Amino acid sequence: MNALDLASVIPGFPEPTADSQGVFRDCLEALSAPGRCVEMCTAIDAVPGIHPASLVLLLAMLDQDTNLWLSPSAAAAAATFRFHTGCRLVDDPAAAHFALAANPQELPALEVFAGGTDEHPERSATLLLQVPAFAGARWLLTGPGIESSIRVAAPDLGDGFVAQWQRNRGRFPRGIDLFLVCGRTLCGLPRTTDIASERG
Amino acid sequence: MFQVSDSTPDGATQVRREWMSVLARSPLDALESGLRRISESGSLPGRVWLRRPETGLVMVRGRIGGGGERFNLGEMTVTRCSLRVETGEVGVAYVNGRSHRKCEIAALSDALLQGAAWRDVVQRLLVEPLRSQLEVERESLRRKAQATRVEFFTLAREAATAPQA
Repeated sequence: MNALDLASVIPGFPEPTADSQGVFRDCLEALSAPGRCVEMCTAIDAVPGIHPASLVLLLAMLDQDTNLWLSPSAAAAAATFRFHTGCRLVDDPAAAHFALAANPQELPALEVFAGGTDEHPERSATLLLQVPAFAGARWLLTGPGIESSIRVAAPDLGDGFVAQWQRNRGRFPRGIDLFLVCGRTLCGLPRTTDIASERG
Repeated sequence: MFQVSDSTPDGATQVRREWMSVLARSPLDALESGLRRISESGSLPGRVWLRRPETGLVMVRGRIGGGGERFNLGEMTVTRCSLRVETGEVGVAYVNGRSHRKCEIAALSDALLQGAAWRDVVQRLLVEPLRSQLEVERESLRRKAQATRVEFFTLAREAATAPQA
């Protein structure tokens, strides 16, 4: 293994224990209330191409046993994640436990990512998708964590994405969990959430 | 996370490895007084932490004769930290023990030694005195050990009966 180039590494959490616990709490909140935007409790000076919320989420979640896949525009942060977490970087999205797509254009098909198995659904990937804004489309969300249904302003990811997500939903208990990230804001979409695209 | 330490590094790495070793093995008060001498020759650059000092255990592994199978020798307490100075160099330190301050000075010195502006000053006022101090200690230890040295000889066993002439 090659020595890490430390020139591009940025400082991690100022208070690693408290900060990563806070971030963990935020992630739980985002996943237990799908569609609700959660403001992350802490922020770090961003790396080019990486939103602060994805940065802190990955710093809190990764460790030396996790595989991370980064889309091409996010590659600048690779050394930072390696340095602070000891995670392994993988080129194949299918091998990733955590995956970060720096923008919707760089998002591979959702089927590519590991969905776990029926016996071990927890061996699935968690995907972070960075979006420019929570605007451009409207989704109707239903599923666990939502009392009946909620309408949310969503990034415009095209109908293709919603169809892919419905297939992901159909694989339950297998399937990936998704975080939409914009700036410091996080929006959780666990595999149990149904998305219906709404016009207007 | 693991590096193959058996490989031969290039020249610059070898030089850096040497000063990192001197810094890591020197006692805290020697590092403190060295740092004071350095700071008298100009104000030290500002720095940010990449990784604050943290203490943990490292498993030291060995090979008998440098060539046998690896085995676990034992755990040792190690403190590590990394920082970046204003001029961009990143200093790293892994030192024995739990002293965060010692680790900080070692990392700062490592960063300064990589930049042209401070290299000579730090070499002259910190690394060289520490190196000679370590050598003195090593020599005195060697002498002590030498004094108790036991030479083993294998003598040819005396024959039970005198050899026939």
